[in-house]
Amino acid sequence: MKLTKTLLASTALALTAGGLSAQDMADSMTIVSWGGAYQNSQLKAYVEPYLANNAGVSATWDESSAEAVAKLRAMNEAGNITWDLVDVEAADAIRLCDEGLAMEIDVDEMLAKGDDGSSAEDDFGDSLVSDCFIPQIVFSTTVGYRTDMVPAGTEPPSDICALFDLETYPGRRSLNKRPLANVEWALLCDGVPKDEIYDVLATPEGQERALAKLDTIKDQTIWWTAGADTPQLLADGEVFMGSTYNGRLFSAIAEQDQPIGMLWDAEMLDFDGWIIPEGLPEDRLARVKDFLMFATDTQRLADQAAYISYGPARASSAPLVGKHAELGIDMAPHMPTDPANATNVFVTNYSFWADYRDDIDAKFQAWLAR
Amino acid sequence: MVEATQSGPMLAADGKPLKRSLNRALRRQKLRALMLIAPLLIFVLITFIAPIADMLFRSVENDIVADTLPDTVEVLADWDHEASDMPPDALWEAFYVDMFFAEAEKLHTRLGSRLNYEMTGVSSLFRKTGRAVGRFDTDSYTDQFTALDASWEDPATWVTMMEDDAVLEALPHTADAWDRWTAYLDREGDDPAKEDIEDVFFTTLYTDLAAQPPVSGLPERLQQAAAAVPSFETVDLKAQFIDADKDWGNADVWRMIQTYSPRYTSGYFLNAVDMQLTPDGVEQRPENQQIYGILFKRTIFMSVTITLSCIMLGYPVAWILANLPMRTANLLMILVLLPFWTSLLVRTSAWKVLLQQQGVINDILVWLHLVDDGNRLIMMNNQFGTIVAMTHILLPFMILPLYSVMQTIPPTYLRAAKSLGATNWTAFWRVYFPQSVPGIGAGSILVFILAIGYYITPEIVGGTTGTFISNRIAYHISSSLNWGLAAALGTILLAVVLLLYWVYDRIVGIDNVKLG
Repeated sequence: MKLTKTLLASTALALTAGGLSAQDMADSMTIVSWGGAYQNSQLKAYVEPYLANNAGVSATWDESSAEAVAKLRAMNEAGNITWDLVDVEAADAIRLCDEGLAMEIDVDEMLAKGDDGSSAEDDFGDSLVSDCFIPQIVFSTTVGYRTDMVPAGTEPPSDICALFDLETYPGRRSLNKRPLANVEWALLCDGVPKDEIYDVLATPEGQERALAKLDTIKDQTIWWTAGADTPQLLADGEVFMGSTYNGRLFSAIAEQDQPIGMLWDAEMLDFDGWIIPEGLPEDRLARVKDFLMFATDTQRLADQAAYISYGPARASSAPLVGKHAELGIDMAPHMPTDPANATNVFVTNYSFWADYRDDIDAKFQAWLAR
Repeated sequence: MVEATQSGPMLAADGKPLKRSLNRALRRQKLRALMLIAPLLIFVLITFIAPIADMLFRSVENDIVADTLPDTVEVLADWDHEASDMPPDALWEAFYVDMFFAEAEKLHTRLGSRLNYEMTGVSSLFRKTGRAVGRFDTDSYTDQFTALDASWEDPATWVTMMEDDAVLEALPHTADAWDRWTAYLDREGDDPAKEDIEDVFFTTLYTDLAAQPPVSGLPERLQQAAAAVPSFETVDLKAQFIDADKDWGNADVWRMIQTYSPRYTSGYFLNAVDMQLTPDGVEQRPENQQIYGILFKRTIFMSVTITLSCIMLGYPVAWILANLPMRTANLLMILVLLPFWTSLLVRTSAWKVLLQQQGVINDILVWLHLVDDGNRLIMMNNQFGTIVAMTHILLPFMILPLYSVMQTIPPTYLRAAKSLGATNWTAFWRVYFPQSVPGIGAGSILVFILAIGYYITPEIVGGTTGTFISNRIAYHISSSLNWGLAAALGTILLAVVLLLYWVYDRIVGIDNVKLG
């Protein structure tokens, strides 16, 4: 009798010490992501394992990440948050955090330590670009080209400035309809040293200069709005060269065997990750925290790389990256963060873009419309 | 008596004036009719009119500045930015108090995003300052007051002190800050008696006590503090802010905040017409930022072109449909309606496959040797692509009203005209066409109004020269979160449509529009 009481008491203690008990957590989650191959990698790497460990819990997907910022604001104004966890790009996470639509995160308390014993904060390192952002992957915007359309007798392009070299590499281009990456590359190829690019871009003259450089290829360029556009345009032979996300190029090259090659030169590194909407009820928040603790640990993030060629945001995950789940090829050389690929990288300057996005975008769109 | 009855109002059977009875009966009838349509009316009001009105209201609404920085806005209201370089010194304390509460409620970054639309760099200015505000040197006030009397640190001291009317009167700044503090804690569900007293209250307390000689009748603790205050070491709040970010020393920032501090602003509308609201008045935007004028003109031009192409293509089809035997006409009608049952995205993507340089049409032209392989035609990612794809998508909206109007035109009229000696052309132009004009009118209105707000098709096949104003509105709604500007653009678009509708009514006459 006495023993049972002690046991009971200690279990209760352990439960309170370990946070909330399972009864206090909601048994369903609505997860917002991008759909397609990326969402599938999340499903396989951590959502399915989590659901297998937690019987009775269910997850619903909403493929709304592209409109997440506007929808979250609308939900917030209506006072009815139906999402529990939202996958967004780092720049959007900053915007959501500024708008008070995303919850601030205590990284060391809410996320698991690295497998190598490092604290979560050190392990995520530079990818913690906002107080509300829980990084998952590193991706890059880079350039792909048609290998069979390289002019005879010419070396295939290996330098980002091939994008602007219509003489050596004639053919149409496809570029993002947003200024990000385009203006940086334009200045780099106009002779601005890499470490001065954002200083130059902060001035109206620098912005004009970037647009003037882009002007040289404007009439040869198709402007894309979705990441899938460039691989499609390349596959159709509509363009010779185009920018897109490295995972899209990997999939076109390795999975679909298209005659496409890719550059890693001057790749723009960017992060994608979770945010928790502000104002979740306690039980749902508890469930989300429990899920996040599991889904962003070292092994889970490394597992994700078996399904898509985006690098894990944790430093401790990198050595654990294995083989592609279906093709069986080593994934490490296809990561944007692999030392062989990351010889010349840009890390997106978030604080610069948070300030200049409205201004440069207005000028960029006005330039496009002319 | 008799005469009076005759000259008075006519009475109904119940003795009441007939006019009033009739009115009452009519009113009852009207009410009954209104009750019948009430569900629809309420539905339309709630789901359609109210959201639109709310959205349009955002184009002038600008509460965020005055709500987040109430004290600062008050100080700035009295500042003549032409007479003096910088705002009055009272600004800094007001701004400190405002920023303290804004940071506590996480509103400062939101305000930063809002003002960043008007001045690049303000977003990070507020974010940075929000982080710095908690680390200002104002803790020296806290230390100096508690050195005088340790009970200053006790929240209970403040709670009792702030209930005293004499204290409230003697300490206006502190009373104001305390008021906001209790209101804030109330919203958070916290108790002022349990929360630490923040540096900001000691700062306002210092200002209040330093500003005027101590008044008698105050609590002893306050009397003692008032006597000690002149010898206090002071903190320069202005220097603290400029230390956090040197931009606070830039008068342009303050002029911009002053310009955008009223609760209603014309700023969004001015942005929407390529103008700018600046402290010195309304200005044209620099040429490299002008875009909306081009887009509005292009949207109208392309919508008109699409409407005309729909008339050209739809008229013969509708004529054939109307003149064929019923059975064949029905079969053809299905072909017209078929696209309606296919997703809009699929239809637009199909046009992509057809129109692109390596697409079906170019392949056929090259195969026929009409076009050289190296010079394939560029038919999409430009205006041409948008016009072709949208004409196809909107064609049924032209054919259907035309068809139903043409069906009502008796074929005998044409035969009569011809038997009276008219040529085929005269018979068509003088007899048939005028009767089909109401159908053209209805079709044109439908197609034009649908086209002017189109979004998906121009986005996919429009490239840069074939996009509409709606693509820009979508960008501001979903990406830049500048809903005020999006609302202003939407309001202008709505006004343009209504204006064109009015012109149309004057020229064609809305009575001449028939859907069948």
